Amino acid sequence: MTELRQELKEKIIEQLNLEEFTVADIADDDALFGDGLGLDSIDALELIVMLDKDYGIQLTDPKEGKEIFKSVAVLADYITDKRAK
Amino acid sequence: MKNVYLHSAVSISAQNTFDSDGFLEDMKPISGSTVPAQYPNYKDFIAPMASRRMATGVKMGVSAASKALYNAQLTQPDAIITGTGMGCIEDTEKFLNSIIGNAEEFLTPTAFIQSTHNTVGAQIALGLKCKAYNNTYVHAALSFESALLDAQLLLQQEEAKHVLVGGVDELGTEIISHVRHMEDANTNGIQVPFGEGASFFVVSSEAKAIQLVDMDICSTASENTIQQKLNGFLNNNEVQASDIDVLIAGRNGDVFDPYYDSISTLFKNPTELHYKHLIGEFYTASSFSLWTAFRILNRQHIPKPLIYKGETKSKISTILLYNQFKGRDHSFILLKR
Repeated sequence: MTELRQELKEKIIEQLNLEEFTVADIADDDALFGDGLGLDSIDALELIVMLDKDYGIQLTDPKEGKEIFKSVAVLADYITDKRAK
Repeated sequence: MKNVYLHSAVSISAQNTFDSDGFLEDMKPISGSTVPAQYPNYKDFIAPMASRRMATGVKMGVSAASKALYNAQLTQPDAIITGTGMGCIEDTEKFLNSIIGNAEEFLTPTAFIQSTHNTVGAQIALGLKCKAYNNTYVHAALSFESALLDAQLLLQQEEAKHVLVGGVDELGTEIISHVRHMEDANTNGIQVPFGEGASFFVVSSEAKAIQLVDMDICSTASENTIQQKLNGFLNNNEVQASDIDVLIAGRNGDVFDPYYDSISTLFKNPTELHYKHLIGEFYTASSFSLWTAFRILNRQHIPKPLIYKGETKSKISTILLYNQFKGRDHSFILLKR
């Protein structure tokens, strides 16, 4: 799980070009949107594509995204859960 | 009709033109197949969360525009007009490569959104929260001139008082190298590196020292008819060839340089300048010549690396800019102090 969280942080920084951030700057429970990293709706689309491309998970319900992109910890749990099924 | 004046000029180029307060005595000719610009510290002009999605051309454009507004002590222009030959080619290449690499699947939005030609003008407006007239011209080597012409018309017809206008092009990585190969395969091809840059200006109907007297553009002309066109342009503005103190020509060493020779013969003992050996060739390179003319008229001094032929005059009042690209897209811009 720790490895996956680390991997997700690296992918988020690279994919979203967060030049100001390092992996150490992102806590597992930091909010990705709003007051946390300050991501926006375009970033959400980038994350949805990343989930599909890198983890084979397709989000069909947009409301689902709001919940699973809450933090790196929640996202890692979601991926682990989906992989187990 | 109102007159048009230049209030500020800012350029990002392969030389240290953005930060330098001096006037570039240390400019050196560039070499190589392609030469990038000397980029400013973008953090001084663009918030990190905004700049992370911006490609080179957008960052150069936004920074140059921001400084041009600052230098003109202007916060909100009445219009934002940009010219670009290749637009945001960096993101276009990225997006197209992504389509091929991922077999038309998994396409992300950022590069696509940022790849349109009007991204620079749009990002400047977003940064300023400016909802004024915003237009982008994409007309190859007349892109910047078309933007400037639009600005001139807005000011002359009193539809605007202060206009932010600029030209910007970025190198990208792939298309430019293919074009370079084609150019190098031709012994009469362009003899200067391909370059990139952004030059922005605030032009206004409010009187200042340097006046944009007039400009003219045409798509096609022969080496003979270009003389007639220039004579007509000068006559329209009641200017004699002998009044021109400095001619700034867009020579790039290719087989079409005789157009500049043809123009040059109209003037007696002209001070002729060139600049593409210093910044490279790109569709909006001529915007750098307007920046150069602005500086020369302000400082009454011509740095040696710019001189192609002739002696520097003690008083410089009138400058003519002439550019063409491969025998097409001719432009004249006349400035006075």
